[in-house]
Amino acid sequence: MENLNLVLPEIFISLSIMFLLVLGVFKKNSSKITFNLSLFAILITGIITINETFSVSRETLFNESVVIDTMSSLMKIITLIGGFLVLVISSSYLKIFKIYNIEYPVLILSSILGMMVMISSNDLIVFYMGLELQSLALYVLATYNRDQLKSSEAGLKYFVLSALSSGLLLYGCSLVYGFSGSTNFDIISNQLNSNEYVLTFGIVFILVGLAFKISAVPFHMWAPDVYEGSPTTVTLFFTMVPKIAALTVFIRFLYVPFLNLIDQWQMIIIFLSIASMVFGAVAAIGQTNIKRLIAYSSIGHIGYTLAGLATASNEGIQSSIIYISIYVVMNLALFSCLLMLRRKDQYYEDIEDLSGLSKNHPLLSLCMLVILFSLAGIPPLAGFFAKFYVFKAVLEQSMFFLAIVGLLSTVVAAFYYLRIIKIIYFDKEKDKYDTDHSLWLKFSLTVSTILILLYFIFPSQLIEVVSRINII
Amino acid sequence: MNFPILSSLILLPTVGALFLFFTKDKEGNNSTAKYVALFTTIVNFLISIYLWISFDQTTSNFQFVEDRTWIEGFINYKVGVDGISILFIILTTFITPLCIISVNNSVKNRLRDFLIAILIMESFMIGVFCALDLVVFYLFFEAGLIPMFLIIGIWGGPKRVYSAFKFFLYTLLGSVLMLVAIISIYWIAGTTDVAQLYELGIDSKYQNLLWLAFFSSFAVKTPMWPVHTWLPDAHVEAPTAGSVLLAAILLKMAGYGFIRFSLGLFPVASEVFTPLIYTLSVIAIIFTSFIALMQEDMKKLIAYSSVAHMGFVTLGIFTLQQQGIEGSIIQMISHGLVSAALFLCVGIVYDRMHSRMINSYGGIVTIIPKYSILFMLFTLAALGLPGTSGFIGEFLILMGAFKDNFLVAVIASLGVILGAAYMLWLYKRVVFGKLVNEDLKKMFDLNRSEYLILSCLAVPTLFFGFYPDPLINTIEVSVTDLINMHHTNIASK
Repeated sequence: MENLNLVLPEIFISLSIMFLLVLGVFKKNSSKITFNLSLFAILITGIITINETFSVSRETLFNESVVIDTMSSLMKIITLIGGFLVLVISSSYLKIFKIYNIEYPVLILSSILGMMVMISSNDLIVFYMGLELQSLALYVLATYNRDQLKSSEAGLKYFVLSALSSGLLLYGCSLVYGFSGSTNFDIISNQLNSNEYVLTFGIVFILVGLAFKISAVPFHMWAPDVYEGSPTTVTLFFTMVPKIAALTVFIRFLYVPFLNLIDQWQMIIIFLSIASMVFGAVAAIGQTNIKRLIAYSSIGHIGYTLAGLATASNEGIQSSIIYISIYVVMNLALFSCLLMLRRKDQYYEDIEDLSGLSKNHPLLSLCMLVILFSLAGIPPLAGFFAKFYVFKAVLEQSMFFLAIVGLLSTVVAAFYYLRIIKIIYFDKEKDKYDTDHSLWLKFSLTVSTILILLYFIFPSQLIEVVSRINII
Repeated sequence: MNFPILSSLILLPTVGALFLFFTKDKEGNNSTAKYVALFTTIVNFLISIYLWISFDQTTSNFQFVEDRTWIEGFINYKVGVDGISILFIILTTFITPLCIISVNNSVKNRLRDFLIAILIMESFMIGVFCALDLVVFYLFFEAGLIPMFLIIGIWGGPKRVYSAFKFFLYTLLGSVLMLVAIISIYWIAGTTDVAQLYELGIDSKYQNLLWLAFFSSFAVKTPMWPVHTWLPDAHVEAPTAGSVLLAAILLKMAGYGFIRFSLGLFPVASEVFTPLIYTLSVIAIIFTSFIALMQEDMKKLIAYSSVAHMGFVTLGIFTLQQQGIEGSIIQMISHGLVSAALFLCVGIVYDRMHSRMINSYGGIVTIIPKYSILFMLFTLAALGLPGTSGFIGEFLILMGAFKDNFLVAVIASLGVILGAAYMLWLYKRVVFGKLVNEDLKKMFDLNRSEYLILSCLAVPTLFFGFYPDPLINTIEVSVTDLINMHHTNIASK
């Protein structure tokens, strides 16, 4: 008999989804209670995850198709925290657009479930199932503000392109299956050898599909449009949570089934990384919409994360995970600021709307200052350490070209972050924004800003947790 | 372990800034905030004086060392001082209160925020001079960009945005290569602790590249020709207190970095690249002196003269002679005092007339005599008249240079003459001559705080000009040991 306790988080969250759906159907005006219950469900799932799986070093279930290890537990917890915070700061935004419905929390929960399955997958089929579950929920979320043309456009675009990439992924999976005779990662790893050239095609297709999911250049085309069109809270979700899951899967694919084929994929990852870093930095310069700018900046940040993966070392993987964790915090903080730019039930999302913010809203501006310098990677803020660990791992493998290109693109990226700071601090002020924000929004902004600002005092804690992840 | 005196030096201004952050920002003359900031920085100055008194001049070992684990098994938070760094710390803690007194007239809005930025800046600057771990050094070195960017950008002149961006991006671009080098050193030598690296030494086959990476950062910060162009822009646009900090302390970080890291860690490469440094320094001295001669804007003129003076400093450091390095350190201290004073002098007339153009002044000697006398003193100190601290520095540097390379020394000596030319001509055009503008008659002479600041700067300038022993005694042992270490390293390779 399998130890079902290990998958208790997934079981619990699926039961909650069904219960909430039934509740929503039978009880009228149940949005508020659904929201609260789903928050509660995430909280319980988080507690179960910590309790049941955090001490497990590595266990497999269901004919080794599901794996529970330190990485999966850690990434699940980050996913859940991200999902929880997105949900709590969403409500006031959704109320203003009159889309405060039960579907929203249920969709978020389903996509979280999909991601949790992805994170734990050790089998091509389980992985694909999780991927599709989260993608389906995300398509609907992107169009969630269905009365707005841009939102529908974003959803459609995301659906079409994502379906295409899923197709490529599936094709890659079938090629790999054809050569190895199994869908299980561990077995594939033993069966594959690098002499089969067609196999390289399979790997490339899988990598392309995954690169699409994390919007790495050159598969990033969808990101700016979808990020701009989706409701802001959904954009926040897009920039944080699915990336965590996709990154985990990326790590698993590269370092479990394909580890022996490192010569085949290392150059691809290095290329994706360099292209993303450079493109993300250059393309963001001309943007005028903050959400589009964040889309390009997130492409750049994914480039740094991939730089860690390209090293093919445990330090590299750990540095990527540290990077993505710090990035999630910075992103949350930035979006909390963005959600505070509201005047008379209207949200503002152009960079020009930030003009002279520091005169009327000194504290909010200070938070943005910290966040933007951190995103630019200036010490002593958290963003610097994220980059520092990645480049430490990269240089350990003597990949000087990657490191130098990466660091030079941080200088280019610093330019557009500075441009926002310039608009906030040096330009003429505009009208005041409303200040009656929900407590949760203020809470998430304060906590994340303090984490960014004071990370340098206790840098060891995060490393300690992450250093328990040893994939290779 | 003793009282962590260096950490408290670093932290105290930040604590003061935090305190200011929680006081209410009043519009107009916010004297409470100013007194809090002034009090913090003066206490810091007194602590640093105590540091100097209890400093042991007979050893070149690092003193007051604090060593704490910071990132498990990787970086230690390690700070300490030796004869080279202690003077820079005192310079920093000495200049900062003067900056704060000077904000009276130059900063009109958001005074509290300005003071916070200055205090945080002070923390970072002291941190740079104390750090004994490469990563800690880099952290402080880079972090200083944030407050300086804001000081130039928020309180600067009309072209402030351009200047702030140029300052930030130039320096960042230089520094990222240093970061690559620092991480590489960690993988080559297994540590980033400076004292340990001095003992271990770095394999000479890596030294050239690493030296160049550090050089890219320090050359921008110094600034050396041809990457000096950010400096005049930044100086012209920054408010007076910002210019003072920039000229007096920020530029010294690079000179200090050259001595501590380039010479100390990469002796072989330093030997290899000496001709490069000589060439660039000589170009800086001669070329920027000519540019300074042509300037119409007083602040720009002084900015270019800074580049020329820093050219002397880099020249002196890489002579690798006792006199040359000691001269460079004294020249940096002296330039810190004198350029600060000159920028304040420009700021004083700018506050009254709102013009920095040389041709809008003339014949003000009879109107504001006290100002003219002090301005004269600092002009003479800048051109290195015997009896001022500027002379000691330049003289020692040239002495070192003559020992090492006759031709370079001769060309550099020409720079002294050019320096005299542009400084005296500036003084002549601004202070003497006919009264060009009737409005100038309305100018009032130095008020109490300005008088105080300028005298505070004049006293050490003259004192160390006549009696440089306190400075030389402090640095002597450290410099001797640095040079000995250098020669043993070269001999063993």
